[in-house]
Amino acid sequence: MRKLSKSARNSFINYGIVLVFFLVFQIMLSMGKLSSSFSGQLIPICTYVIMAVSLNLVVGISGELSLGHAGFMSVGAFSGVVMASCIQNVVGPSWLRLALSILVGALCAAVAGTIIGIPVLRLRGDYLAIVTLAFGEIIKNVLNCLYVGVDSHGLHISMKDAVSLGMEADGITIINGPMGALGIRKISTFISAVVLVLIVLFIIQNLVNSRSGRAIKAIRDNRIAAESCGINVMKYKMMAFVVSAAAAGAAGALYALNYSTVVPKKFDFNTSILILVFVVLGGIGNLRGSMIAAAVLTVLPEMLRQFQDYRMLIYAVVLILVMILTNNRRAKDALGRIKDTVFRRNRLQEADK
Amino acid sequence: MLNYLINGISLGSVYAIIALGYTMVYGIAKMLNFAHGDVIMVGGYISFCATSYLGLPVIPSVLLSIFVCTVLGIVIERLAYKPLRAATSLAVLITAIGVSYFLQNAALLIWSSNPKAYPNMVALPPLAIGNTQISAVSLVTIIACIVIMVALTLFTNKTKMGKAMRAVSEDKDAAQLMGINVNATISLTFAIGSGLAAVAGVLLCSAYPTLMPTTGAMPGIKAFTAAVFGGIGSIPGAMLGGILLGIIEIFGKAYISTQLSDAIVFSVLILILLVKPTGLLGRKISEKV
Repeated sequence: MRKLSKSARNSFINYGIVLVFFLVFQIMLSMGKLSSSFSGQLIPICTYVIMAVSLNLVVGISGELSLGHAGFMSVGAFSGVVMASCIQNVVGPSWLRLALSILVGALCAAVAGTIIGIPVLRLRGDYLAIVTLAFGEIIKNVLNCLYVGVDSHGLHISMKDAVSLGMEADGITIINGPMGALGIRKISTFISAVVLVLIVLFIIQNLVNSRSGRAIKAIRDNRIAAESCGINVMKYKMMAFVVSAAAAGAAGALYALNYSTVVPKKFDFNTSILILVFVVLGGIGNLRGSMIAAAVLTVLPEMLRQFQDYRMLIYAVVLILVMILTNNRRAKDALGRIKDTVFRRNRLQEADK
Repeated sequence: MLNYLINGISLGSVYAIIALGYTMVYGIAKMLNFAHGDVIMVGGYISFCATSYLGLPVIPSVLLSIFVCTVLGIVIERLAYKPLRAATSLAVLITAIGVSYFLQNAALLIWSSNPKAYPNMVALPPLAIGNTQISAVSLVTIIACIVIMVALTLFTNKTKMGKAMRAVSEDKDAAQLMGINVNATISLTFAIGSGLAAVAGVLLCSAYPTLMPTTGAMPGIKAFTAAVFGGIGSIPGAMLGGILLGIIEIFGKAYISTQLSDAIVFSVLILILLVKPTGLLGRKISEKV
């Protein structure tokens, strides 16, 4: 058998983890062993896994701190919902409708990513971070004033109110300003969510391990050195940013089509931060870490239910403690010493045998 | 028109006071203190409790709130940020977010999510100039802002502690070699920033009298934007950025669209940063190869 390279092996392990996750929960689901609150979490988990992996492409691989990732998610969510409503009676099978909606969501988010990326990627460090934050807020604010309806003449868009859409009598309002999208048909399924996770993982892992991926990492490590080697900095930064935005858009469409209503406020600064927390806790630049952190931290508040009102407080304390334990030199040394003694004991025992 | 301008300057003064806290902490500790907005909220609640439950008069309750926030700032710095002095800035950022969650949820448990009606702390008649009326809250806010600005400038330029602060923000290691107690200086910065946050909390809640655990979040983000706008790390920059941001927001609300006012504020920020990538008064950092 041909020996796989380390990166390829890593990629296959990641696909394997996703497949095992899918099989375990699918079997539990069919046996009825999952509580309803937990089975309702399955699609959000997949969504957040995609969000975390795609944000990691920007924060970890490309090395730019982005605080507005939820903005792309909301662009994808609302364009996906509009697409799904438009082709409701045209396209028969629901999986095809879902696939087309996700595709449209990804495309719209990619366009948004391109428009935003051109000015944003010229800035550096904290200034770049604050501008992505600003764009996230702008997207939320604009979607809050957006009204979209569909009737026999096609799409109607207004920034004022639902009445000024000027629709025929048979028209349906799809997006209703601050109330968001109402009456969405739930067409997302767990299987489709897992398939989307695999597709996004495939695209991002192949990008990271390709020639372009190496160029992106070179820019992250030393922009000036990379530039002097003839790497087009803007092109590769844009590549990472737009691919990440598209993946977030796809995740947004998947997420929105899992609920009957979605409001623009859902995708605010706090959601962006939540996803950033997944990325940082999972390990910056480590895709597998992002996946696991996203899944665990999405479920964690549910598991802390028994603490009721205290659960978010505990979540906050856990977050602070994990950051201190993994980043403080003294704490790290102490952990390392514990590990050493444990391992040494094991080794001694093995030697005894 | 003049009324809008005064409202804008008054709102901008609140942003400026908050932005000073952000910018000082950033200048010294090189970290984005996302929990700053929530310290404002705590300041609001403390002064609310002091007047409504303890029946204290205005000035002692404001002083109490400043005191509590100052202590809170020092405690947060000691427990959460000090262990991470050598860590990457992203790790500190996430910790700050953790602190922010903690404060918001602690406030949720203590004071519940029901909005509280904040009492008017500045019960003075409005000032009439010609046919425009300036509310007392706006006037007090603007005056407070000017006083704070002057005091801070004097403090950083004239006193020994202020000099130490500037030295630490310039170069931490060199400052330590010169015998400056870096940890104490950083604590002092957090103390001043949090005390200012308490003042901002009282002023903000007097102007917009609903108090909730999430009250501080949005003004916090906007003040942070203001600090970047003026060039983060620069004290006059924070002042200028805050006031401009307030004016833009009020004029955007009045003349363009109420719903889109936040979008307008952030768009202006983006435009400014495209022209001047380090903010209005920020220093340009040249890169070493």
